[in-house]
Amino acid sequence: MAAGVALAFLGYLFLYPLARILGLSLGMDDAWGAFEEVLTAPGLRGALWFSVWQSAVSVALTLVAAAPITWAVSRFRFSGRSVAKALVTAPFVLPTVVVASAFLTLGIEGSVWAILAAHVFYNLAVVVRTVGGVWARIDRSLFEAARTLGATPRQTFWRVTLPLLRPAVAASSAIVFLFTFTSFGVVLILGGLRYRTLEVEIWQQTVVFLNLPAAAALALLQLVGVTAVLAWYSRYQERKSVGLELSAEDRNLERPETVGQRWGVAFAVGGTATALSAPLVMLVARSLHGGGAGWRFLMDPGALGITPGRAMANSLWYALATAAIAVTVGLCASTVIVSGKGRAARWFDVVLMLPLGASAVTVGFGMLVALDWPVDLRATVVLTPLAHALVATPFVVRTVTPILRSVGTGLRETASVLGATPWRVFREIDLPIAARATAVGAGFAAAVSLGEFGATAFIARPDTVTVPVLIFRLLGRPGAVSYTGAMAMAVILAAMVTLLIMAVDRIRVGEVGSF
Amino acid sequence: MSKRLAVAISVLYLVLGACGETDPETLTIISHDSFAGGVNDETFAPFTAETGIAVEVVPAGDAGSLVNQAILTKDNPLADVLFGVDDTFLSRVLDAEVFRPYRSALLDKTPHNLRLDAGDRVTPIDYGDVCLNYDREVIADADAPGNLADLITEPFRGKLVVESPATSSPGLAFLLATIVAFGEEGWKEYWGALVENDVEVVPDWDTAYYSSFTRWGGDRPLVVSYASSPPAEVIFSDPPTEVAPTGVVTDGCYRQVEFAGILEGTEYPESAGALIDFMLSVEFQEQIPLTWFVFPANSEASLPPEFVAHTVLPDQPASVDPALIDANRERWILEWNDLVLG
Repeated sequence: MAAGVALAFLGYLFLYPLARILGLSLGMDDAWGAFEEVLTAPGLRGALWFSVWQSAVSVALTLVAAAPITWAVSRFRFSGRSVAKALVTAPFVLPTVVVASAFLTLGIEGSVWAILAAHVFYNLAVVVRTVGGVWARIDRSLFEAARTLGATPRQTFWRVTLPLLRPAVAASSAIVFLFTFTSFGVVLILGGLRYRTLEVEIWQQTVVFLNLPAAAALALLQLVGVTAVLAWYSRYQERKSVGLELSAEDRNLERPETVGQRWGVAFAVGGTATALSAPLVMLVARSLHGGGAGWRFLMDPGALGITPGRAMANSLWYALATAAIAVTVGLCASTVIVSGKGRAARWFDVVLMLPLGASAVTVGFGMLVALDWPVDLRATVVLTPLAHALVATPFVVRTVTPILRSVGTGLRETASVLGATPWRVFREIDLPIAARATAVGAGFAAAVSLGEFGATAFIARPDTVTVPVLIFRLLGRPGAVSYTGAMAMAVILAAMVTLLIMAVDRIRVGEVGSF
Repeated sequence: MSKRLAVAISVLYLVLGACGETDPETLTIISHDSFAGGVNDETFAPFTAETGIAVEVVPAGDAGSLVNQAILTKDNPLADVLFGVDDTFLSRVLDAEVFRPYRSALLDKTPHNLRLDAGDRVTPIDYGDVCLNYDREVIADADAPGNLADLITEPFRGKLVVESPATSSPGLAFLLATIVAFGEEGWKEYWGALVENDVEVVPDWDTAYYSSFTRWGGDRPLVVSYASSPPAEVIFSDPPTEVAPTGVVTDGCYRQVEFAGILEGTEYPESAGALIDFMLSVEFQEQIPLTWFVFPANSEASLPPEFVAHTVLPDQPASVDPALIDANRERWILEWNDLVLG
């Protein structure tokens, strides 16, 4: 049943549209000619190479940048900790054009460094929250035991902590890799048009030239590459994951005691906050440009025809619906991956991640030709959260699977032997253990929706004004009020996701604290 | 429980799916985001009052994305009427045979040079001019460039930002303006000189205007924008101002015409025709300037005073035969790419 839910979701919303658009493209006159032409085009190798190396470097830089703050929020209790944990997600939802505007004010633009900096800025939250979620739950006694046996803090980190964190690090790396490999807006806007990823090429062939066979060839190439990386990742994940005694976060956090710890936490939190908030402060400053006209305008939008409050409510509804769908599908998928064995489970895992690495414009156009059956879902309010959930589900799967895997099958089998139904096993064993991780995944799902990621960005949609839509509408016209209003709206969006993540972080399910 | 969940989900699906179906009482217009952004409850109210038909607008991205979606969904269209195809995409969409011919009685009120389809498959609704704008705080009116050729001279080195024709509709319009001005051979040389003169290229209008243009913190006082940007600057200013902060270079402009058409496959061709008539009526046409900052196609529609006061009409806006654009678009863009982005 669980496998059915996940497969039906993925099959109908992803595989079927993808197959339809690829089939349509391949069936066109002279498709093979276009295929050959685009695959031998001189620019392709450059785009492919750039996609690969910039995403690899982005992953490495994001891991390095995320390390200090992840350490601080995972090991220590300090005031402002929950805000810091939530605030790292704020950049995640900001429209590229808004971030570009902020980066420009900071003098970062038009170079490969601007692209990499933006990728770190956007993806920091993925590492901090995915890795931090596990780190905070490694039983403190493990570290204490290592210390008692004479290990230095450095030895403890390399020999105890890191091996236990490796699955989570790999999981977040995979997500950051997929996001940056298929990066589109950031590359175009911050790279000054000098850099192109495969995704940019696909978009151009699809939307600008309407050369669907060429776009299909590139999309297939991207899909093959992404699948290969994911397959490797999945094998690695399976080999490296270790059964791990997790314990409640509340028990493991300690107050920073030594001078080194205090300075370390202060430096990690302060440094990250400064780096992250520089662009955010720029947004606030720009929204106040000209004496707060933008904010006044938002209070009284007059001719705009929609109130910002309405846009916020719409965004919030989509975010909650997306989170609900992604959590349902994601939990189903995770239990299947964990309880399944061998090759089938591994491929299931890989296919579930694919929507993150497939071309959003290809999937979007695929939905357009495919989803009028059995009911016409195109341009309806239902499709938006479903399409967002397609991108959001991998987050839930990636945060939940490592935790469920660490439980080991023993506990589940014992329960089954004692007569528990599968549902009861899920409810009384998996769910409480995975609740925190699920909350992290749900938070991401909401953020994915608030930031309007994925296929819906490229296709016809119902005329529901969300916060990002309102920002784009304001930025579509000249004028002081339009500009400062858009910046103010962006600040509101960042605040919305921060508050939402803080709320999600407070959710507790079952006896989480006591297992 | 899992069975119950499955039933609940399928019921939800059916209920929500039914909501997505077009109500026969409603006509749907598929359009680009900027048109949808201007529509409010009042926009189609007179049409609804007269006919009892509600109008729903489905935004579909930018103009290029809109056209491609219309072509891909030809067999089962998303709407009854499409609005927002411009002259640069006209041939592509006409070749794909997505429209059903309709000649509005009001078409006679539009100037001849806006009627680009002899087969009456599309109806001109509005037009606007893509022109260079300059920041009057940085460049005095007297020092502004007089024409495109001035842009490659020393005083304007490092002053201009343009949008890429590969990703932006004003960007493509500006490229076409240079092709008209310098000819099929001369335009490459001209762009080579622009690159020499340190032109900045960005992907879209938003980035050009709000990141690179000096008025919003960038370092380029010249930007490819619209002839109607100065009135928008005045109308959306705060504190209120009477003087437009930006000026328009009236030479080297390109005229974009936007069309509406009835999609083949609509169940309500007659009502759709009535909707096209409404969009050409003075009532609707007079909303156009202050809502979308373009000009009404119906010459009987009068322009609001604040729009007239700050709008400078270009001398001789360029235009290119849609069939010629369609035949050459990909080549021009790729050649431009090699030349400018190298």
